[in-house]
Amino acid sequence: MPVVEVRGLTKKYGKKTAISSLSFDVNEGEIFGFIGPDGAGKTTLFRILTTLLLPNEGKANVLGKDVVKDYKYLRKHLGYMPGRFSLYMDLTVEENLKFFASIFGATIEENYYLIKDIYSQIEPFKNRRAGNLSGGMKQKLALSCALIHKPLLLVLDEPTTGVDAVSRKEFWEMLKRLKEQGITIIVSTPYMDEAVLCDKIALIQNGSILDIDTPNDIVSKFKNKLFSIKTYNKYLAIKSLESYEYKNSVYPFGDSIHYSDKRDNTDNDVLIQFLQLCGINDCEVNVIDAGIEDVFMFLMKEKRHEQ
Amino acid sequence: MNNNKKVIEVTNLTRKFGKFTAVDSISFDVYEGEIFGFLGANGAGKTTAIKMLIGLLAPTSGKATVAGCDVYKQSEQIKKSIGYMSQKFSLYEDLTIAENISFYAGIYGLTDGQISEKTDLLLKKLNLENSRNELIKSLPLGWKQKLAFSVAIIHGPSIVFLDEPTGGVDPITRRQFWNLIYEAADNKKTIFVTTHYMDEAEYCDRVSIMVDGKIEALDSPTNLKSKYDSYTMNDVFIQLARKNQVQG
Repeated sequence: MPVVEVRGLTKKYGKKTAISSLSFDVNEGEIFGFIGPDGAGKTTLFRILTTLLLPNEGKANVLGKDVVKDYKYLRKHLGYMPGRFSLYMDLTVEENLKFFASIFGATIEENYYLIKDIYSQIEPFKNRRAGNLSGGMKQKLALSCALIHKPLLLVLDEPTTGVDAVSRKEFWEMLKRLKEQGITIIVSTPYMDEAVLCDKIALIQNGSILDIDTPNDIVSKFKNKLFSIKTYNKYLAIKSLESYEYKNSVYPFGDSIHYSDKRDNTDNDVLIQFLQLCGINDCEVNVIDAGIEDVFMFLMKEKRHEQ
Repeated sequence: MNNNKKVIEVTNLTRKFGKFTAVDSISFDVYEGEIFGFLGANGAGKTTAIKMLIGLLAPTSGKATVAGCDVYKQSEQIKKSIGYMSQKFSLYEDLTIAENISFYAGIYGLTDGQISEKTDLLLKKLNLENSRNELIKSLPLGWKQKLAFSVAIIHGPSIVFLDEPTGGVDPITRRQFWNLIYEAADNKKTIFVTTHYMDEAEYCDRVSIMVDGKIEALDSPTNLKSKYDSYTMNDVFIQLARKNQVQG
């Protein structure tokens, strides 16, 4: 039985549809990622799953229980870390942890083994007020607080937003170890590069799921030939390719440009020649495999054309 | 960016809070038309450094000029000479698009004639002519972002500071935004940008990486990647920031 079973879930705020008929399953022991920008509906979905918000339509079962009827059971057995970490800024690190343990009728001692890895990193600062912690440390404390009652399912809403690359990396390493202890994890993120760290992902945009699959299977669905173009003259290259009659898509991508063509038989030389005509003589062109972000943009565009 | 005109010059800039040295004798130059990435872990001292550069915080010691103005003596002049856009976009949600534009243009001291001319021009450029009387809060995030950037440069500053400008927007909108930045840089504006997206660091001409108040590395992304034997700026960043990471 899946840990989370969602069918046709819809939530509207007045006339605005925040999530529109979502359906998906999360299996035991998975790290399941919702990848999408602000306003995609990630927080609304997580609030419904954690019984904090009622859906307008559809059904959601979590741990085999109904999120509307069985909210009392679920609140005891879920760990929820909201976006922007809901810690008490006037309480110390240790007071926060004690507080969260006591609401759930747990003690720090009995479940310390579960948070040891994470909490020991901030324990030297246990008498510091939460408000005076750095972003990375707040994040670790919030995760400890969400775990201290030994939940069966952990729901993390954008735990890495605004946190630097080092802390983000450490955070994902922690999630992996929690998964090894048998905890199922649902996590949302706007960072596309975190998608590959999940077992399964749902790409979400404007309240709808664009695709659900393993990260590998998602990228393998990208059928266009994708070129990576590097040049010192990036802005001119983007402008030139934008006006190229055969272009399918042109996106700046880190230190290069990702380009796909309408023709099937385009090769590197064709593009090099075209760019030379535009006055760019230093470009390096390679055919590359698509990443999650390429697929996300491809699916977004496809969706727009449907509408 | 083939330009040697310096628009930011920083020498041994330092800021202490009590015994704590937040910014520890940093030195660097930024050139006209350059896209300069200013990176660092949370707590590395980035925000303190930026506050000094935009005239909001006096340094403890060292020298810095921004757009030709001295950060000690001409902090008011600096505020007029730069553009600033933060994460939160700082547009007024309850004002319309046109009202926000005139409000900011007014603050920056443009005349009524200039304001109405700039407003029309900007709405046209952003394709928002038919939405001029819509409230900001009704706009999608991506539009707010483009508008916030355009408003930040409405007074024609030579430098614009972008503080984590693209957080939370979808990948297509992020790229449209970067195209705006490239365009501005092509028009000789200097772009000083902070971001947590390491792939965005790769969009910059040069990046500096701050660790514990000091600038540990400063070069083009290509050179940094080869120097640190990494495929991505993310790996470069992690190597540097981990090197002497201190909790706190």
